[in-house]
Amino acid sequence: MNPAQDTGRQETAAPAIELRGISKAFGSVQANKDISIRVMPGTIHGIIGENGAGKSTLMSILYGFYKADAGEIIIHGRPTQIPDSQAAIRAGIGMVFQHFKLVQNFTVLENIILGVEEGALLRPSLSKARETLKHLAEEYELDVDPDARIEELSVGHQQRVEILKALYRQADILILDEPTGVLTPAEADHLFRILDNLRAQGKTIILITHKLREIMEITDTVSVMRRGEMTATVKTAETSPEQLAELMVGRKVLLHVPKGPANPGATVLEVENLRVVDADKVERIKGIGLTIRAGEILGIAGVSGNGQSELLQVLGGYCRATGSVKINGQEIDLTGKHSDGQSRRARGIAHVPEDRHHHGLVLDFAAWENMIFGYHNAPEYQKNALIMDNAGIVEKTEGAMEHFDVRPPIPSLPAKSFSGGNQQKIVLAREIERNPDLLLVGQPTRGVDIGAIEFIHKRIVELRDAGKAVLLVSVELDEIMSLSDRIAVMFDGRIMGERLPAETNERELGLMMAGVTGSGEAA
Amino acid sequence: MDKLPRWADVVLVPLISLLMAAAISALVILAIGGDPVEAVKVMVTGALGSAYGWGYTLYYATSFIFTGLAVSVAYHAGQFNIGGEGQAQIGGLGVALVCLALPWPHWTIALPAAMIGAGLFGAAWAAIPAYLAAKRGSHIVITTIMFNYIAAALIVYLLVEVLRPAGQMDPATARFPAGAKLPTFGEIPGLSLFFSKNVPANVTFFVALAACWGVWLLLWRTRLGYQIRAYGKSEPAALYAGISPTRMIVVSMLISGGLAGMMAINNVMGEAERLLQNSAEGAGFIGIAVALMGRNHPIGVFLAALLFGFLYQGGAEMGLWTTIPIELRLLLQGLVILFTGALDNMVRMMLGVFFRAKAKEAA
Repeated sequence: MNPAQDTGRQETAAPAIELRGISKAFGSVQANKDISIRVMPGTIHGIIGENGAGKSTLMSILYGFYKADAGEIIIHGRPTQIPDSQAAIRAGIGMVFQHFKLVQNFTVLENIILGVEEGALLRPSLSKARETLKHLAEEYELDVDPDARIEELSVGHQQRVEILKALYRQADILILDEPTGVLTPAEADHLFRILDNLRAQGKTIILITHKLREIMEITDTVSVMRRGEMTATVKTAETSPEQLAELMVGRKVLLHVPKGPANPGATVLEVENLRVVDADKVERIKGIGLTIRAGEILGIAGVSGNGQSELLQVLGGYCRATGSVKINGQEIDLTGKHSDGQSRRARGIAHVPEDRHHHGLVLDFAAWENMIFGYHNAPEYQKNALIMDNAGIVEKTEGAMEHFDVRPPIPSLPAKSFSGGNQQKIVLAREIERNPDLLLVGQPTRGVDIGAIEFIHKRIVELRDAGKAVLLVSVELDEIMSLSDRIAVMFDGRIMGERLPAETNERELGLMMAGVTGSGEAA
Repeated sequence: MDKLPRWADVVLVPLISLLMAAAISALVILAIGGDPVEAVKVMVTGALGSAYGWGYTLYYATSFIFTGLAVSVAYHAGQFNIGGEGQAQIGGLGVALVCLALPWPHWTIALPAAMIGAGLFGAAWAAIPAYLAAKRGSHIVITTIMFNYIAAALIVYLLVEVLRPAGQMDPATARFPAGAKLPTFGEIPGLSLFFSKNVPANVTFFVALAACWGVWLLLWRTRLGYQIRAYGKSEPAALYAGISPTRMIVVSMLISGGLAGMMAINNVMGEAERLLQNSAEGAGFIGIAVALMGRNHPIGVFLAALLFGFLYQGGAEMGLWTTIPIELRLLLQGLVILFTGALDNMVRMMLGVFFRAKAKEAA
C-alpha cells in the first residue's frame, strides 16, 4: 500500500487488472495473503490452486462480495474501489459463477436485462437486448435462443447466458469460476472457442480452475495459489502440468499413478439385461450387460446423468431394477427383501458413492461414527447384544485415519469439518478396510485436491492388485483413462461400447459419450 | 456464519432467550397494572421457597421430562411428534386399565405393570401416525395433531359410556385400589424429612430420571440409536447404508409414544389415582418446548423440564397471591417457547456478531 512503489512501471500498456498486496482474513484464517497479480488486456489468465487455496476469496474481493483487509485494485491503470457488485460491473468486470444465478422460469432475454431494465416499460429494453444479443452471438459463437426459458436450456447454454449477461453489461474483464465443472467435453470445447473469440476481440479473461489440462490448453499466463498465497505466476508456454501440480501442492505429485498390467482372475460381477425405471416412469438404464473379473478395473465413462448413477445405486442396493446381477456366480436380489445396502455389504460389495455429502457420509456425525457407517451391525463393533463398542470404534478409526492419511486425524471431529479430499479418504478407508470382493467407486476425486487424488488413485490400484474387482464411474476422462483396465462408455442408459485404454483416445471416447457410435454426427 | 463457542451455545443462548422472555413478561405485567418484582418474588417463593413448592415443581417437571424425552427421541429420527398430548392421555387409559384390573397388593408390583400399560398404550397411539408417515407419506405433524383430538374424544367417550362406575356423576374411572398407590415424596423415607405428606411429587420422578439415562443410552450407545440418528440426519445416507427408513420412523415413533404415555404414571397413578378427562393438561405440548430448549439431549430436557415445572407452579402461585391473573402463566410459557424455540437463531446471530467482534479485538 505504498504509493512510492508505483513509479517503476515499465510495460507500455497498463494491465487490465492489477492487484497489489491483497490480504483478507476470516477470523484466524488468512484466506489471502499479500496477493499481487497483473493481467494484461486481451489475455487469458489462469488461477489454479487446490480447494481452499483462496481463489474464490480473491475473486469475491474483485467482484465486491468481500472487502479486502489490505491492498489495492487497479483497473486499466486507475485505482478502483469495489465495495459491491454494482461497482464491479461499472468497472467493467463480469463474473460467471460456478452455480449460475439465473431465474429458471424467465426467458433468456428477461434474464439478460434483469437489473439493467431501462424505464418502466420492458418492451424497449427487451428489443434492445435482442439486437445486442444478435451481434454478440455472431461475434463470439454465443448463440442462444433469446426466447427460450432457462429451465429448458442445457447447462452449457445456461452458462452462455451468464456470459452474455456479463457482456451485455459491457464487461471487458470476465471472471469464470470453475466453468467446466458442469460441462460435457464437447460443451467445454465450445466454451474454450468462445473464450478464444473473446480474447481475440480484446477482452480480458480470468479463468479459475483446478484442472491442469484447461490451464495448459487455453491460458496465456497462470498464477498458482497455495494456502492463501500466490506461489508463482508463469507464462503457460514455459511451464508443464507437472510443474504446476508441484507448485499447487508444494511437493512432487504423480499425475498418473503407475500401474502394471492387470492380471484378471475369475469373474466377480456379471450384469445382464439390467433395466431401471425411475419414479417418473423414465427408463434410466435400458438393458445393459457387463462383467468385471477379479483383479481388474472397469471404468465407466460418460457425461453425468446417462445412467451411471443408477447403475451404482442398483449394485449398492438402493435402487430397484430388473434383470440379472451375479456376484461370484450367485444371483443377487434386485427388488425384494434382500435388496438393500446391508445385504449388498454382506455379499462383499463395498461402495464409495458418487455423492459423499448425501450418501457416503452423515456430515453431522463424527469421523468415528462415519467410519462404521453401513457396517454398524458388524459384530466387531458391538460390546454386547445391546451396546456398541464406541471406544473400540474410536480406536480403530484412529488406525484407519493414520493408514489413509486423513487430516486432521481426530476421530471426534464431525465429517463436515474435513476437506473434500479427507472426507473422501474417510469413505475410502471405511470401504477398503472391509476387504470387499467388489468395490464400486463413483467420482472418487470430485472436489478432491490434487495431492489427495494421487493417494486415492494409488489405493484403488492397490486394491486391484490385491485381486479385487473394481467398478469405477467417473466423468473425468483423464481419470478413466489412467485407472481403467477396460473402459465402457455409457450414453442414455446404454453401453455404447467397450475399449481398451491403450487402443483408444479422448476424442473417440468423447464421441461415444455424446452418443456417436461410428464416424458420424451426434445422435 | 461463525460457530459459537460450545458454552455459549449451551448456556448463554437459552439464558438470554429466557431473560428476554422475562423482560417482555415484565412489561406486560406492568401494562396491566401489576408489579413485576412482586410477581417474581411470589413465583420464586411459591415454587422454590418451600418444600411444598418444590413438591409441586418437581411433580410438574416429572411429567415434562417424559413428554420432552418423547419429542426428543422422535426428533433425532427427523420426526416432529406433536402428539405427546394424545399419547399421554391414551397412556393414562393404559394405566387405568392396569390399575383397575387387579387388586394390586403393593405399589412395587403395580408400578412396573402400569409402566408397561402406559408405554404400550402410548406407543400404540403413536403407531398409526407412524405407519401412515412411513408407508403412505402423510405428514407426521398433521396426523399427530389430529390424533390428539381423537384421543381426547375417545377418552371422553370411554369415561362417560364405558369406564364410569354406575352411579358416579363425573366422567372418570373408579378410584384405583390402595395397593396401586405410589408413594409421594412425603412418604419416602429420607425425603419425608423435607416434604410434607400431601405434595404430589412421587416416585415417578425417579422413573423419569431413569428414562433420561435410558434415552441417552439408547441414542448414543446402541446400534438402534445410531441408526435412528443417522436416519434423522440424512435419509439418503441411511438408504445408502441399508438403514430402513420405514423401520426407523416406526420404531422411533413407538419409543416416543411410549415415553409420552409413561407420563401418565405421574399424573394418573401418582396424583389423581383415577383417570379423568384431559388428564395430560397440556404437558404433551409443553414437552415440545422442553425438548427445543433442552436441545433434544436428556440432560437439557431434564433442566428445561425443571424450568417449566417452576414456571407452572410459580405461575399458579402468582395467580393465587397477586392481582395478576393466572392466565399470565400461559403468556410466560408462550414467550419462553417463542424465544427459546422460534427466535433461537436471533439470539444466536446477535451473539455471533458479539463473538466475532471480540475475536477481532483479540487478533
